[in-house]
Amino acid sequence: METVTVTIKTQPELFLEADNISPDAFAGKKAAEIVALHAYEGREQYTLGKYFDISGEAGATAADTRIIVKGDVSRVKYIGMKMSAGEVIIEKDADMYVGAWMQGGKLTAKGNVDAFAGIGMKGGELIIEGNAGNYLGAAYRGDWRGMQGGLIRVKGNAGSDIGYFMNGGTIIVEGNADVHIATHAEGGKVIIKGDAKSKIGGQMVEGEIIVFGGIDVMMPGFKYVKDEELEVDGTKAKFALFHGDLGERHPKRKGQVVYGKLYQKI
Amino acid sequence: MCSESGNRFGPDDLAWCCTLHAGCEYPMTKIVTDVVCPFCGVLCDDLEVEVSDDGKTVVEVYNACAVGAAKFLHTAAKDRVKRPRMQQDDGSYREVSYDEAIEYTAQMLAKARKPLMYGWSNTNCEAQSVGHEIAERVGGVVDNTATVCHGPSLIAIQDVGIPSCTLGEIKNRADVVLFWGCNPAHAHPRHMSRYSIFPRGFFTGKGHKGRKMIVVDPRNTDTMKLADIGLQIEQGRDYELLSAFRVAIRGEDLPSTVAGIPKEKIYEAVEIMKNGRFGVIFFGMGVTQSLSKHHNIDIAIMLTKDMNEYTKFAIIAMRGHYNVTGSGQVMGWQFGYPFATDLSRGFARYNPGETTSNDLLRRREVDAILVVASDPGSHFPISSVQEIAKIPSVAVVPDINPTSAISKLHVPVAINAIEAGGNCYRMDNVPIDARKVVDPPEGMLSDYEFLTRVNKRLGELMGVA
Amino acid sequence: MTATEYLIRNGYVFDPVQGIKGDKADVAVKDGKIVKSVSSGAKVIDASGKTVMAGAVEIHAHIAGPKVNEGRNYRPEDKLFTYTPKKKGSRMAGGFSIPTTFKTGYEYARMGYTTCMEAAMPPLFARHVHEEMKDTPIIDEGAYPVFGNNWFVMEYLKNDEIDNAAAYTAWLLNSTKGYAIKVVNPGGTEAWGWGLNCLTVNDPVPYFDITPAEIMTGLMKTNEYLGLPHSMHVHQNSLGNPGNYTVTLDSLKLAEGIKATNKFGRETVLHSTHLQFHSYGGDNWGNFESKSKEVMDYVNRQKNITVDTGCVTLDETTTMTADGPFEHHLTELNHLKWANVDVELETAAGIVPYVYSPDVKVCEIQWAIGLEIALMAKDPMRCFITTDHPNAGPFTRYPRIFKWLMSADARKERIESFKHSAKMVDATHIAGMDKELSLYELAQMTRAGPAKSLGLASIYGGLAPGMDADVAVYNFNPDTPHKPDEIEKAFSSAAFVMKTGTPVVMDGEIVSNGNKRTIWVDAKVNENPQVMRDIKDKFLRYYSVTLGNYDVTKHFLSGNPRVIEVDATR
Repeated sequence: METVTVTIKTQPELFLEADNISPDAFAGKKAAEIVALHAYEGREQYTLGKYFDISGEAGATAADTRIIVKGDVSRVKYIGMKMSAGEVIIEKDADMYVGAWMQGGKLTAKGNVDAFAGIGMKGGELIIEGNAGNYLGAAYRGDWRGMQGGLIRVKGNAGSDIGYFMNGGTIIVEGNADVHIATHAEGGKVIIKGDAKSKIGGQMVEGEIIVFGGIDVMMPGFKYVKDEELEVDGTKAKFALFHGDLGERHPKRKGQVVYGKLYQKI
Repeated sequence: MCSESGNRFGPDDLAWCCTLHAGCEYPMTKIVTDVVCPFCGVLCDDLEVEVSDDGKTVVEVYNACAVGAAKFLHTAAKDRVKRPRMQQDDGSYREVSYDEAIEYTAQMLAKARKPLMYGWSNTNCEAQSVGHEIAERVGGVVDNTATVCHGPSLIAIQDVGIPSCTLGEIKNRADVVLFWGCNPAHAHPRHMSRYSIFPRGFFTGKGHKGRKMIVVDPRNTDTMKLADIGLQIEQGRDYELLSAFRVAIRGEDLPSTVAGIPKEKIYEAVEIMKNGRFGVIFFGMGVTQSLSKHHNIDIAIMLTKDMNEYTKFAIIAMRGHYNVTGSGQVMGWQFGYPFATDLSRGFARYNPGETTSNDLLRRREVDAILVVASDPGSHFPISSVQEIAKIPSVAVVPDINPTSAISKLHVPVAINAIEAGGNCYRMDNVPIDARKVVDPPEGMLSDYEFLTRVNKRLGELMGVA
Repeated sequence: MTATEYLIRNGYVFDPVQGIKGDKADVAVKDGKIVKSVSSGAKVIDASGKTVMAGAVEIHAHIAGPKVNEGRNYRPEDKLFTYTPKKKGSRMAGGFSIPTTFKTGYEYARMGYTTCMEAAMPPLFARHVHEEMKDTPIIDEGAYPVFGNNWFVMEYLKNDEIDNAAAYTAWLLNSTKGYAIKVVNPGGTEAWGWGLNCLTVNDPVPYFDITPAEIMTGLMKTNEYLGLPHSMHVHQNSLGNPGNYTVTLDSLKLAEGIKATNKFGRETVLHSTHLQFHSYGGDNWGNFESKSKEVMDYVNRQKNITVDTGCVTLDETTTMTADGPFEHHLTELNHLKWANVDVELETAAGIVPYVYSPDVKVCEIQWAIGLEIALMAKDPMRCFITTDHPNAGPFTRYPRIFKWLMSADARKERIESFKHSAKMVDATHIAGMDKELSLYELAQMTRAGPAKSLGLASIYGGLAPGMDADVAVYNFNPDTPHKPDEIEKAFSSAAFVMKTGTPVVMDGEIVSNGNKRTIWVDAKVNENPQVMRDIKDKFLRYYSVTLGNYDVTKHFLSGNPRVIEVDATR
């Protein structure tokens, strides 16, 4: 794998849209060409070179390309957007849309990320070592097809609206989560290792939510079924299983109604 | 009112009264009918406005509610500002000409790299359209008052659709009416008498006696006092209660209380809804601006959809400003989104949370703001207001208000629909053409005229688009 | 500064109005009209090796109005990643299945379409439709107000008061600045006001106690009483349901014996729209099959009917129609977001996204039916090509539809790649059909035919002297062999398009916004105090707006409206 190091040298006055910082955009390019890729501040088009020092060379394909982003990029949006392969490592805090519409590859954000990380994710791995903002792994506005596949792991806490309209894939939050988890989900799995608040699994058609910590207020449409032993992300424990959301439609398979599943650790 | 006799007459009687008073010096007036009130989303169009014979002054207003009447009568206020005012270094304001104001505004927009153009809800569609041309030219963000009002409703509609109808359908058919998180008695004063509770329509000859009214609110409001069933909900739990209604419809079990409401009350309400011939849910800020926001509206819409399996049901948002709906319509057909539209990359993008005004201001993502026909100084969180005070800002609003008081330039304009006609859209999306009833004060521009001239100047500054 | 004289030289001209079937000919233009010849100073557009036709006429699409806009606003995902940035001379343009108004004008123009009719205008929202049409560049536009669920109409027709229905119709066309009598799901959409429907032509409407058959017959008579330029334009009951072809035939038969009466050269009395959706056999989605043959056998014999196809494009699109109950039914099937608006005293609308997947047998059969209708039509002047945009697919896919209709190989390739190829072939006729539309037939089905049906044959749809200079030139040489995809490419992006004598498209790029017109019909009838009283009464008691605020005043129309005058006084 070839590595390109992208170090911020000039902060944007507003915010920088850097959808070109991705293995797919860099693939096959040398530093001199990468420096000329476009970046946007407001309505003005600039180059990556205005804001970043670029060193190294990209691989021939996205899969062969690793990007390391250094420095404070908390005012830079869209890093890793739509990446299909390869690796991206963001060393400090980043702004919105980290790994948005990701299709493959691995993106590690070592700091915090703002809202809309991993929205519309189709595949790949998104690791956030700090905290994540709202709408983690959510669908874009209006789209009933949210996260389709892949893995998102947050080591810190996450905001509200995790996994909105989720269809597939897995989201693991090792810390706490805010309101509205897996609202409208039709598949996929969300694991909260810390505490959740309320409005968990609202309007859920299908899918799985596993909460290790506390739940402040349960949705009225979740009905206790039984206790179950599960191994979840390396931990074996006993969970209470709830079926829901009983206020929502559910498909039938082989004559049986298929509910969403909410597990709470006992 | 007749100054001679002291009688307060209706529009048809005044001429009669004055013929009795020889030498009456009551100024001759005329009555304009079918006048549209530009205050709220109810958009009453049956007002009658008495104007002075020279067409310059509003004398009296009939049929409006107190708020609407005040807006009309305010046009004759003696202390109106009539010319633009530029903020000085010491914080005071100096009068400038419209030409100077146009130049300042055009320069500000041309120089900014991401200007925010906010408001639009108190002006007509024609002006909104010019604003969009400007925004496209300068790569700005266009946003309207839905951003702090029914934006969550618009988001919910994008997620789950909306089974709805025009207000005349409510008048003619509805026999079950829910007000959820809204207080029309105060916020939309003529709503219940024009559309939702009292009218005797084609199929609703019994008027309010033939209708069941359910109100859900944390407070025992004046609206709730009229209700057949009032549910005082625990704050922040509308999502759970709406969900419980859906669980009840499906015949599933409920916990003993949800959101502070006993399950028996929930089953009772659902039965009333199911047994109606035509039900409707009206909703407002109580659900759009409380915890869960668009999820509340989303689930209320899904509840309405569920109800359509049993009977006819609709849901309507109680829109606030008289033409916020119009702003959403014009933005929709020109750009494809109803609010929070970012044009900075040369093509329209939309994502509330990023492209919405308060997020842009809070994060310092915009470097200038043009406010038209609204008052964010009053309605935005303080962090946004402080940002407006810092960055280059122009407020194109008829009066001195908290927004103009912190803007670098205040451009007073004619009061729309009263002094400057134009199209507008009601809360149920019905378009009504608001024709003016009086001329604006001498020399005052409408915001349409002001924006048109700014657009022309921008063409010179930035090259033809 | 554009010239006023043009000579479009040496192209292969296809003009059904003059019977030109691909001869090399020149088209002369002066002051916005086709003329016999021009001076030597005329600007020359070299059309050598290219196909030349009149600008196309769209007879039915949902492109302007409240339900179109609700569709736009509620589908941000329809615009994600596919937006065209603004350029010098053109506004930014977005929306795949529901384009913004700017995009609508530009994309129609780029395909050589110059006149387009908005298929359904709810009268209470007419002002909105006109505002959108005003913001749609280049193309001339008109809109059809809907009548088939209107309280006034139902009451007059119940009492067989054709003269009153006619007076009300004239009044409504004037108030809304509308073009024709449109009927959608007659009676059923009023029933939908109570959550009900009318699924056959004899189902009575609740309370109003009139049947869809009576509504359609009454409105056809009203149309001919007035002598309007277009015929009654109908979307029959029971759209989209397996087995609905019988309802379609029952509806079409109502035209028998009704004679076209008008001064516009229109010979037909009923236009049946998006016929694909109404030509279904079977009785459930399992045994769903094509009944295009039964329907087209009738249409071919019954010469006073025109139809348009409603071809499926196999895209993710958005359905939107005044057939409110149908949309509710659809959302119950696919669980996608459903918007609905019932309109007091008049109509309703519903919107639901839909994915026509080539992996789904039903969609494959729907695709076949639309094409079969066009290929089975014996009179191309009575069968027009549409997708009921956006219902069966976006209008930007018309060139793909043309490709399928003009190339049996392209159809074969498509059929063979279907997931349920064998089953769909069993349920349809398409695999056995080797007819390929000629360019002349294409011109009949997209230009001259629709213009004649609309009563506008003297203005649009042809290249005869005196007609509007709406001309399209395509990079398609009919004399050389070609691959099917070249058809799609050529018709997607015209080499040159002229609208009313002004060049608007060059090499697929927009070069001018032109000077579009709004077209509407001003029908004069004798004074009718009964109807005026009924109108005042209903506005006072049942409408939520005043009579004084209902009328669409002229400033809502685009710069130079084209008013079609009809004198129906007696």
